[in-house]
Amino acid sequence: MARVTYIEPDGRAVTLEVATGHSVMSAAMEAGLEGIEAQCGGNMACATCHCYVQDPWLERLPPPGEDERLMLQNVAAERRDNSRLSCQLIVRPELEGLTVEFPERQS
Amino acid sequence: MSSHAPIIIVGAGQAGVQIAESLRQEGYGGELLLIGEEPHPPYQRPPLSKKWLFDAGNPVSLAIRGAEALARRRIELKLEARVERLDRGSTTLELASGERLSYSRVALATGSLPRVLPVPGATLQGVLCLRGIADSAAIAAAIRRCASEQRPVVVIGGGFIGLEVAAGARKLGAAVTVLEGLPRLMSRVTAPIVSEAFEQLHRSHGVQFVFDAQVTELRGTREGHVAMVRTADGREFAAGCVVVGIGVTPDDRLAAEAGLPCERGIIVDECSRTADPMIVAAGDCTARRLADGRLLRLESVQNAVEQGKSAAAALMGRERPFYATPWFWSDQYDVKLQMAGLSQGYDQVIVRGDVAKPAFSAFYLRAGRLIAVDSLNRIPDHMLAKRLLDNDLSPTAEQIADAGFDLHSLVRQSA
Ligand SMILES: Cc1cc2nc3c(=O)[nH]c(=O)nc-3n(C[C@H](O)[C@H](O)[C@H](O)COP(=O)(O)OP(=O)(O)OC[C@H]3O[C@@H](n4cnc5c(N)ncnc54)[C@H](O)[C@@H]3O)c2cc1C
Repeated sequence: MARVTYIEPDGRAVTLEVATGHSVMSAAMEAGLEGIEAQCGGNMACATCHCYVQDPWLERLPPPGEDERLMLQNVAAERRDNSRLSCQLIVRPELEGLTVEFPERQS
Repeated sequence: MSSHAPIIIVGAGQAGVQIAESLRQEGYGGELLLIGEEPHPPYQRPPLSKKWLFDAGNPVSLAIRGAEALARRRIELKLEARVERLDRGSTTLELASGERLSYSRVALATGSLPRVLPVPGATLQGVLCLRGIADSAAIAAAIRRCASEQRPVVVIGGGFIGLEVAAGARKLGAAVTVLEGLPRLMSRVTAPIVSEAFEQLHRSHGVQFVFDAQVTELRGTREGHVAMVRTADGREFAAGCVVVGIGVTPDDRLAAEAGLPCERGIIVDECSRTADPMIVAAGDCTARRLADGRLLRLESVQNAVEQGKSAAAALMGRERPFYATPWFWSDQYDVKLQMAGLSQGYDQVIVRGDVAKPAFSAFYLRAGRLIAVDSLNRIPDHMLAKRLLDNDLSPTAEQIADAGFDLHSLVRQSA
């Protein structure tokens, strides 16, 4: 388990307790956060669970795979160096405190 | 009709939850009741034939929304409740429990049901179909048993679900035979070159195929468990379990019995409205009447989400037609198939990429204009195709065929 903080597009911060092995995306969906669509449910087919990973977490995450890098080129909002697809971020206890920000739009 | 009565949504699936949440976003402040027959809060079905099937140990959450998130939006969730009747005269719904609920307006989001194999033996134990969480768990257990007892899994139907299950069964170590009634795989939705690539892929993983197979009978053991599948040409296939994936039937029963026009689905317009101004419908249970009069049936997450948004707007008296380019995906082994647009009626297919790998896209044209693209492990092509089709842009056949031409330049030009 780890606590993950999500910053909604309106700036509101929401902290969720996410079980180990769950994705940052699926916890956000279950909780009904506003800034995420995740239409494909984590199959890396839609790029609508885009998030910006806040410091210092980016380098502590496994780097994106080839498919994720390709999908990130096509996100609806601005792509930044810290852009990730939240469906690919799997929670482990070491990620306690992870903070991600949702972009203005997902599609 | 009581205008204080809630809006009631029948079916707590992908479309149902979308209608509920979009109603709140559209500013509906009244009572809202979401009724579902299953014991689970709304969940995603696509993983059930993919990752979840062979990897349920990994706690991937299937939830679209948890009960708490719905409660926070004042969406009352009533689970394990089945609506039996829609009475338009008295504007009430009757539940299987006998309870009657008054509605101000109704949204039907009842989804679809797996088509049952119309042959003797279809109800034997070990004959399984895939729609919900329980089905996926039962199929995974049956496949594991087949793998350990070295009995073959027989999949009937070479469409998306059948092929995804076949891939999952290979991953779990079971022998797999796929029986397909037509001469090639996924033939209703893809060009032969795509069918062939998937046939190759599955064969390279050890799947056996029988095409033009007309299943006539399933035979069981004395205990009533399926043991054999027979086809019209007299062939027999030993089976430790049988997975049937021969398509779905839209669940339009409530609407049809209430006298609403249905034709393999509840007929709705592009704003998800039915013939009754108090009733909208969205998702797998619908057939959408297009501007040119044709009926379009789609079974996809995107369709459920987009029609759900339209349905909520319609209930608020607003028009929000659904025109977005249809898209769909399927995962088989390490190949990701992504489809944009609808390829029916194409007169030309042009391939970009490496067919043997496979890492290619099939571009479908009709009368020289792009209508659809199927991409196998070509994510950028798929994302580009959605943009081209959404913006009604079409490369020429020559541009597509020219591997050196940058198709992205067309989108950049128009932007
Ligand atoms: C195994 C599988 C894999 C799939 N893979 C993909 C994929 O890769 N990509 C994709 O885009 N789509 C895929 N789909 C299709 C997609 O899941 C559906 O199109 C989508 O779920 C349709 O949403 P819906 O709300 O119309 O129906 P559903 O999600 O099926 O929800 C309907 C709900 O209504 C309930 N219900 C029905 N009648 C009643 C009643 N009378 N009273 C109360 N409740 C009722 C049902 O129990 C059900 O829970 C897949 C489907 C399956 C089964």
